[in-house]
Amino acid sequence: MIPPAIQMTGIDKRFGAVHANRAVDLTVTKGTVHGLIGENGAGKSTLMSILYGFYAADAGSIAINGKPSLIRTSADAIHSGIGMVHQHFMLVETFTVVENVMLGAEGGMFTARGAAAVRSKLLELSQAYGMDVDPDAVVSDLAVGELQRVEILKALVKGADILILDEPTAVLTPTEVDNLFVLLRRLASEGKTVIIVTHKLKEIMAVTDRVSVMRRGEMVGTVETAGTSPADLAELMVGRRVVLTVEKGPARPGEVVLAVEDLCVRDARGTLRLDHVSLSVKAGEIVGIAGVSGNGQSELLEAIAGIRKPSSGRVSLKGEALDCGGTDDPRTLRAKGLRHVPEDRHRMGLVKPFAAAESAMLGCSDEERFGKGLFLDRDLVMADCAAKMAAFDVRPADPGLRTALFSGGNQQKIVLAREIERDPQLLLIGQPTRGVDIGAIEFIHKRIIALRDAGKAILLVSTELDEVLALSDRVLVMCGGKITGERLPDQTNEQDMGLLMAGVTSEQPKEAA
Amino acid sequence: MSARPAPLWLTAGVVPLVNVAVAFLAAGLVIALIGENPLEALQIMLRGALGSQYGLGYTLYYTTSFIFTGLAVAVAFHAGHFNIGGEGQALMGGLGAALVALSLPFLPWPILLPLCVLGAALAGAAWVLIPAYLQAYRGSHIVITTIMFNFLAATLLVYLLVGPMKMAGSMAPETAKFVPGATLPLMNQMAAWFGLTLTRTPLNLSFVFAILAAITVWVLIWRTRLGYAIRTVGANPDAAVYAGISPARITVIALLISGGLAGLMATNEILGVQGRLINEFTAGAGFVGIAVALMGRGHPFGIVLAALLFGVLYQGGAELAFDKPKITREMIIVIQGFVILFAGALEMMFADRIAALYQRFAGQPVSA
Ligand SMILES: Nc1ncnc2c1ncn2[C@@H]1O[C@H](COP(=O)(O)OP(=O)(O)OP(=O)(O)O)[C@@H](O)[C@H]1O
Ligand SMILES: [Mg+2]
Repeated sequence: MIPPAIQMTGIDKRFGAVHANRAVDLTVTKGTVHGLIGENGAGKSTLMSILYGFYAADAGSIAINGKPSLIRTSADAIHSGIGMVHQHFMLVETFTVVENVMLGAEGGMFTARGAAAVRSKLLELSQAYGMDVDPDAVVSDLAVGELQRVEILKALVKGADILILDEPTAVLTPTEVDNLFVLLRRLASEGKTVIIVTHKLKEIMAVTDRVSVMRRGEMVGTVETAGTSPADLAELMVGRRVVLTVEKGPARPGEVVLAVEDLCVRDARGTLRLDHVSLSVKAGEIVGIAGVSGNGQSELLEAIAGIRKPSSGRVSLKGEALDCGGTDDPRTLRAKGLRHVPEDRHRMGLVKPFAAAESAMLGCSDEERFGKGLFLDRDLVMADCAAKMAAFDVRPADPGLRTALFSGGNQQKIVLAREIERDPQLLLIGQPTRGVDIGAIEFIHKRIIALRDAGKAILLVSTELDEVLALSDRVLVMCGGKITGERLPDQTNEQDMGLLMAGVTSEQPKEAA
Repeated sequence: MSARPAPLWLTAGVVPLVNVAVAFLAAGLVIALIGENPLEALQIMLRGALGSQYGLGYTLYYTTSFIFTGLAVAVAFHAGHFNIGGEGQALMGGLGAALVALSLPFLPWPILLPLCVLGAALAGAAWVLIPAYLQAYRGSHIVITTIMFNFLAATLLVYLLVGPMKMAGSMAPETAKFVPGATLPLMNQMAAWFGLTLTRTPLNLSFVFAILAAITVWVLIWRTRLGYAIRTVGANPDAAVYAGISPARITVIALLISGGLAGLMATNEILGVQGRLINEFTAGAGFVGIAVALMGRGHPFGIVLAALLFGVLYQGGAELAFDKPKITREMIIVIQGFVILFAGALEMMFADRIAALYQRFAGQPVSA
């Protein structure tokens, strides 16, 4: 019998008081795609980091292809044939694909020989697995899906037989996800072993052979994908039945809260990123913006939030004209009742070296409730964060813990708690559930709908089509900086949306501007 | 118990101590190489720096200057900027104090003295204004502009001290003596008010100012809204923009505070000791401040300790050079260099290993 590609036995890891992995066993058969799921903070990334040598386990052993292996560093892991594709790509933007793949394998003082070797290997591998990547393309010019392929190639060139992908689909478009899955299946059929960590049960069902489920640091079970269902997996993960569909009543829209007219944004190079966008959001209504990421959604949110100055156009909040990015900076806009959950929590939403309590008052540090006059009262700051953590079930509920040490989903809850708890008039939300587990998604969706029912206006941007359709009362689709169509969520389908997202407008072309 | 990586006493206490010990070991090796006994040298140094009222007075006098310049570097550092212009800002601080002292000698001391101190701070801050503006709004790198401003400050001071501000009839580049109301009392004078007798040393009231400044900086950075804004800009400028904190504005404010602290260094030397403005009075304290801030990890408490260490090195080193002709002034600079190297530049070299050891013995994991 072939020994399992990976056999982790009794893996235990503590971070101070947090028991991230408790006697975890994981067996992965060679030539399969194995899913790993679990709530935020369940310990998935920790387990994978131990497998890849980032952390040393406190106890337990690892055997690769039946051979006991001592994996202490990533170099050991690479040597054992393990490759990892990180969620945040570790590529040098100004280098070409070949140069990136070569990193760590330069082959001597002069790079020409190494480059030639890497190039031929790259071509061979990309042919073998049907990945078309231009070896001389500069990385900064590549789309996200291509970047990921480069990361995978990087691992394969280093001789990886086992690939770990931690939340690989969070930033991909639906087509890119499909392509990735085709690739993963192909890798598996060629005898490679793939472990994929994800929060999306649909993806687990689509691509894996077997799934392991973790809960609060423990491995609660491994099942054959064919013999399970999303609802069963969700129950295994959370320990209770999870409602996978969003329940909401009809919207009762009131007066217009946000009105945007002919908004244009140019980037630093002068390229038009937002092209005469007009939209309105009423009180008690969720307006969703669907579209492939990078089609102007970020610019739209940032312009309304006062982070970016529009080049032309008008924005008004409750009838009051705003000078976004001018006199109306994010601070004054917040005072006017605008709250903003940024798309990228690491870049904007949090300060990673800060204690959670300090991240939890980002943008509100002027408010009276945090202290008197010029001073901040540490006890008040901590207490405020503790209350938010309790309300949003952030784990661990320790306001003093450094922000960077929370798992992705818990970081997102901190941001959401900060913005939602402040009773906004208008809430801008970018990617509310990126990297968030299904239990938390259910919770976050409920909070967003409760906010709507309390008569607040909500503008939602998400690249998850299902999410936009489930939450929104009206859906706008963006492509190339323009709004290509508006739909009611119950009067459209994936195909229709797909066309709009690709920029094909089914309506009569408007008269030329 | 919470999930913090390693306890503070370990990262802020044991690690720096190990670093200093290694620095002394390296220095001891050099001293042994030139044929002196390292242990004896260490003994002379420590006794010279801490063993007498006289030595201690001098040590704390040096410490005072280093606290100011170290705090200056640290405040800028928290905003993500490297102000290496402490030297020039301190020189200008001296000029500011002197201008007040010389132009308003008729004021009573309770008004004149605070004005002199304020003059030092404001002049130091003013000297960083242009580099700060250029960094914040034009993107010119603060390291380069502050280096240039160090040269400018030195040249300006020479020009003033041999020209417009020179005391009539003096051969030296210095101003006239300030009126007594514009000088800070020495520590031994203050002790005498309470009936205590202390040896006369240059240690003066500005030592108390330095400690107060350290406390103020601590409160500023960790207990005020401005400090929060400064740290946000330093740690994640994008998040600052998102929060409505203007990185440019905060950069200017933080650097002005930094320059003001550097300027206050002049209270020690000019208002406390000299009682007139002289040339080159900073004697490199601006640069030592960089090492002090690095070693103190930007934390005021650490800075006070690091400044004390450098005070010991300065005073003890002088004694050592005096006692042992083979160990020259330059040798002392080598020893200081080792401390800067191990405690400043390589501060994390042993941190991981110490943390791992701690983990072994405390049976508790420590993460990086
Ligand atoms: N370096 C660290 N120091 C302290 N605690 C940590 C560290 N890394 C992870 N943790 C904690 O360990 C627990 C498990 O974290 P881990 O990142 O493995 O979760 P996860 O299952 O990947 O979650 P997510 O789905 O949100 O990514 C969390 O409670 C997290 O806060
Ligand atoms: Mg994770």
